[in-house]
Amino acid sequence: MSAQPILSVRDLRVGFATEGGLLQAVDKVSFDLTPGEVLAIVGESGSGKSVTAQTMIGLTRSKNSRIEGSVELEGEELLDADDATMRRLRGEKIGMVFQDPMTSFNPVYRLGNQIVEAIRAHDESIGKEQARQRVVELFESVGIPNAERRIDSYPHEFSGGMRQRAMIAMALALEPEVLIADEPTTALDVTIQAQILHLLEDLNRQRGLATILITHDLGVVAEVADRVLVMYAGRVVEEGTLDEIFYDPQHPYTWGLMGSLTRLDRPRPHRLPQIAGSPPSLLELPKGCPFRPRCPHEFSKCPEYPGLEARLTEAPGHRDRCWLTPEQKREKRQVEGQIGLEAPQEVSRE
Amino acid sequence: MLRFIVRRVVGMVFVLFVVSVLVFVIFNVIPNSPPAQRLAGKNATPTLVKSIEEEWGFDEPLPVQYTTMMKKVFNGELIQYSPRIPVDNRIKEGIPATLSLSIGAGIIWLAFGLLLGYLSAIRAGGWLDRTLTGVAIAGISIPVFLLAPVLIYFLTYKLEIFPNGGYVGLTEDPWGWLQHMILPWFTLAVLSIGFYSRVLRSNMLDVMNEDYVRTARAKGLSERKVMTRHVLRNSLIPIVTLFGLDFGATIAGTAIITEVLFNIEGIGSYAAESIKKLELPPIMGITLYGAFFVVFVNALVDIAYAYLDPRVRLGSTAR
Repeated sequence: MSAQPILSVRDLRVGFATEGGLLQAVDKVSFDLTPGEVLAIVGESGSGKSVTAQTMIGLTRSKNSRIEGSVELEGEELLDADDATMRRLRGEKIGMVFQDPMTSFNPVYRLGNQIVEAIRAHDESIGKEQARQRVVELFESVGIPNAERRIDSYPHEFSGGMRQRAMIAMALALEPEVLIADEPTTALDVTIQAQILHLLEDLNRQRGLATILITHDLGVVAEVADRVLVMYAGRVVEEGTLDEIFYDPQHPYTWGLMGSLTRLDRPRPHRLPQIAGSPPSLLELPKGCPFRPRCPHEFSKCPEYPGLEARLTEAPGHRDRCWLTPEQKREKRQVEGQIGLEAPQEVSRE
Repeated sequence: MLRFIVRRVVGMVFVLFVVSVLVFVIFNVIPNSPPAQRLAGKNATPTLVKSIEEEWGFDEPLPVQYTTMMKKVFNGELIQYSPRIPVDNRIKEGIPATLSLSIGAGIIWLAFGLLLGYLSAIRAGGWLDRTLTGVAIAGISIPVFLLAPVLIYFLTYKLEIFPNGGYVGLTEDPWGWLQHMILPWFTLAVLSIGFYSRVLRSNMLDVMNEDYVRTARAKGLSERKVMTRHVLRNSLIPIVTLFGLDFGATIAGTAIITEVLFNIEGIGSYAAESIKKLELPPIMGITLYGAFFVVFVNALVDIAYAYLDPRVRLGSTAR
């Protein structure tokens, strides 16, 4: 953790002007990413994790978006960089892997050509043949068999897992220092998920790639992450190392996420536990803690929003946004002998 | 790809066969009067009717009658009755004018339609988009029979920029040909320019939301490359289908009004004239000729389509 961060995000706020008013999709998100590290950003749909990632490479810029804060890559500010600079950085410094490999390739071009296009967009001096050779190597490095032949396939001729491998190959084509993987395994079968995760892990280790892994799947997080950021309603509600988050989670929302995991090592529950209710509309956030309406442990302090602070003296890097004391938390998060979250009274009566 | 083309051509022959049977049934079988009488036209003498009856073998069974008709069509023995000129000759004479008109108009509407649609799409919501939308709607709303006289009145009579109708062969006088064609081209193209620009605009706005466009941006392509290589390229696929249908239909019929209005002696004028005189042989010939063009152009389109969209090439590679 002593290494110099390659990417630091400070107080990032992203809002979108909509007909219903300003939608604050991301609010004051800060984190550092060091080379070789895998940072997982966890949260349910609409928690702002993808918007955070896309904002870093300038994909959310538009007339209707309001972006504040700071994103620094190797000391260079990205939020006010001009379009040409951003274009150069995309692919070259920051590679991105998207969720759905089915729709993330253009269906009318051969896969190899789509990657050649990425390479040559950054360096025109690389000849077509040379770029193709590079793609063959990339395909081999991500474990696509018959690479020589397969680069001339169209996307529809690849299976989902192979397509995601090709996607990763494309993201790595220009040897970026940062890889952002936005739900890279969500659209895949479980067995393929594991393969892709191991691939990402290997690449991360071999190349010292700094990786941001965006997911809603704590199983994926447990597999590969070094550090975890839990997001809810556009804000970070808890952050810490993988062990801190998994063995000593401080925020009730994190307990809920943990409690809703299916565990093979425990007796099977009658019904999968879930967090009651649904995430609040970002246009009408409740006053104070946005998790309040779904939280069974709500008390008098909750209408005031807590800051993201380290509340455990022994773990200064483990921060959360909950007013409960660590002792209260350790007691309240025990549900039937494991970490979880009961449904709040009024919701469970429905 | 070759297999695809072969299959498409076989399909085309089959469609043409069905069309020819339909034409035969409509003209010679269904009407409740002696076919020879109708073929001979309005002012036929009894001897003419008699000779037509023998010539076409109307006392034979239907399949034989069909074969006789098709033989006449293919051997160029389809003859109009007043004056007695082979239909083929008239069609052949008309083809250069009709093709000049349709191809020229097709190129113009495709070029302008795509240009305006592209500009509209990349400036969606801006003043340019709104202006072009207005222009497109105006173009779609103006009927050809109104636009043509207005253009002729102002540009031919008042300003004397263009000649007053007629057709000059491309090979005899290229400059004269161009001068004579410009007004008819635009008249015929205006509706489609408006229509195609609207269709392309909405296609492009749809494609812009596709994940692969985000991927293209994420790999660092310039905005222009994203728009042309990814958005425009994929938006053209439905346009090609549309163009095939429209272009075939233009050659086979839509050009009729324009040809008549500009006094162009093409197949459209011939069709109009034959309908007025109720001459069946030319109408039959022109219908088959039109069907051939529609089917032929659409076969070309399907082949182009397979080239544009690899997922269409079924059988060989796709699953």
